[in-house]
Amino acid sequence: MRNGGGEMRTTRRRFIAGAAGAALAAGAMPRATGRAAEAAAEAVRTIPSSGRAMPAVGLGTWITFNVGRDPVLLEQCAEVMAAFVEEGGGMIDSSPMYGSSQDTIGYGLARLGHPGSAFSAEKVWTGSVGEGPEQIAASAAKWGVAGFDLMQVHNLVAWEGHLETLFAMKAEGRLGHVGITTSHGRRHDEMERIMRAHPIDFVQLTYNVADRQAEARLLPLAREKGIGVIVNRPFRQGALTDRLAGAPLPGVAADLGAASWAQLILKFILSDPAVTVAIPATTRVDHLRENKAAARGPLPDEPARTEIVRFYEAL
Amino acid sequence: MEEWLSYRLGDFLMFSGRTYWRLFELENAALWPLPVVAPAIGMAVLAVAALRPETGLRLLAALLALAWSSVGWSFVWARYAPINWGVAYAAPLFAMQALLLAYVAARRVGGPPTLRIRGAVGVALLGWGLLLHPLTAPLFGRPLAQAEVGGIAPDPTAVATLGLGLLLPPRRWRLALMAVPALWLGFSALTLWLLEAPERAAPLAALLLAAGGLAARPGRP
Repeated sequence: MRNGGGEMRTTRRRFIAGAAGAALAAGAMPRATGRAAEAAAEAVRTIPSSGRAMPAVGLGTWITFNVGRDPVLLEQCAEVMAAFVEEGGGMIDSSPMYGSSQDTIGYGLARLGHPGSAFSAEKVWTGSVGEGPEQIAASAAKWGVAGFDLMQVHNLVAWEGHLETLFAMKAEGRLGHVGITTSHGRRHDEMERIMRAHPIDFVQLTYNVADRQAEARLLPLAREKGIGVIVNRPFRQGALTDRLAGAPLPGVAADLGAASWAQLILKFILSDPAVTVAIPATTRVDHLRENKAAARGPLPDEPARTEIVRFYEAL
Repeated sequence: MEEWLSYRLGDFLMFSGRTYWRLFELENAALWPLPVVAPAIGMAVLAVAALRPETGLRLLAALLALAWSSVGWSFVWARYAPINWGVAYAAPLFAMQALLLAYVAARRVGGPPTLRIRGAVGVALLGWGLLLHPLTAPLFGRPLAQAEVGGIAPDPTAVATLGLGLLLPPRRWRLALMAVPALWLGFSALTLWLLEAPERAAPLAALLLAAGGLAARPGRP
């Protein structure tokens, strides 16, 4: 149900710029047909440090891909991955902490023949720096890959030692990018210190209409330092979208082409100039396609962002 | 310290309810027809215990020893731990519990069980764990294929063991046998609470019943 005052909030200039960027990126990507061609028009961001193109909506795997050896659930996850590739692919993010999610990814990638459109993002998660390389190798074995596009220090566990390891791997050409992660707004002070002192390529943090602490310092700092930003928990693990289910959308949603709160929240997230990619997790192909669609078309400008936040906070 | 205070228990839950309940469905299918045979065996042993208490209790201890070792390996280690790495640390406790029960089965532990309120609660928990717990599946809206069966799933196995513990006269054996099942049921209740599953009432109820049975005064012979 649309709220009153459906004034066009997004400037035509921004829309055309976005479309032009998408067209350029589409030209840089392999030829695609059908839905994949449509997907190529999805907003594509550039990783600041490497200049590599990246679809703006990736795929998280916390909880959703932790399905053990359940053959039915493994197939469902593989179908989500297939749809993800069909919609343009991009970052798939996981961690050794996520139970069997890595094995599930490996299962899906094997079923799909290891598509080139998947950007592999993993984490090292051990208090022992010495065990880091072994854990990374084990993760690669589960994915069925030789190496990762991005390796992150999960929740800053033993970050000093692990960053040393990861930078060395990157220098040897065994790793594409190095990053650090946090979530739930934790340890932002420490994140900031690391961002200022170390040449990391990515930070991963929580950001959405309800969790906006990162706007204060981390997002502007990431933009200033040329550090890519990965946004986790865009829907607070479903709690945000569940809470908003049935709630009316603000008028600006129609202008932006957002048909649901999930799409509006993703558009809000992606409209921050510091954000490189958001990684919503899902077990449903229809939600996957809905998430990917959010990156297509216009994104809210500053007045629209303010309206979205104000509308959400008033609910 | 401040950072640890920012964590909620739910932050440590790494799987969905859908995945959790499918574990039991897969285990039941893998061990078929045991989900039907196990309650029948439980009923038979309870009948023996009713006729010849001391023999019956030793048989129950032997049966539960087998159950704990099987559940610890087949379910907890092989099926549950892959989606919940913390549970791998519980597997050795299942082995320990199996050894304890095997000892109870092999040796005559104390005299005949008393049959007052503690005994009644013990029998009720045995019946619950060995026979009735699978009915919680349809009761809470899940398919029977996902039923938790005593001897196959940890919760009803733990409930039955609490019951057996209450039927043992020596206090030290009672407490020794009930410690791990109580811990497991507490963990299970917490997990189900985090999953927002109504089934959390079951392990909680079993714990409360067992606590009531422990607190009861022993009956006169």
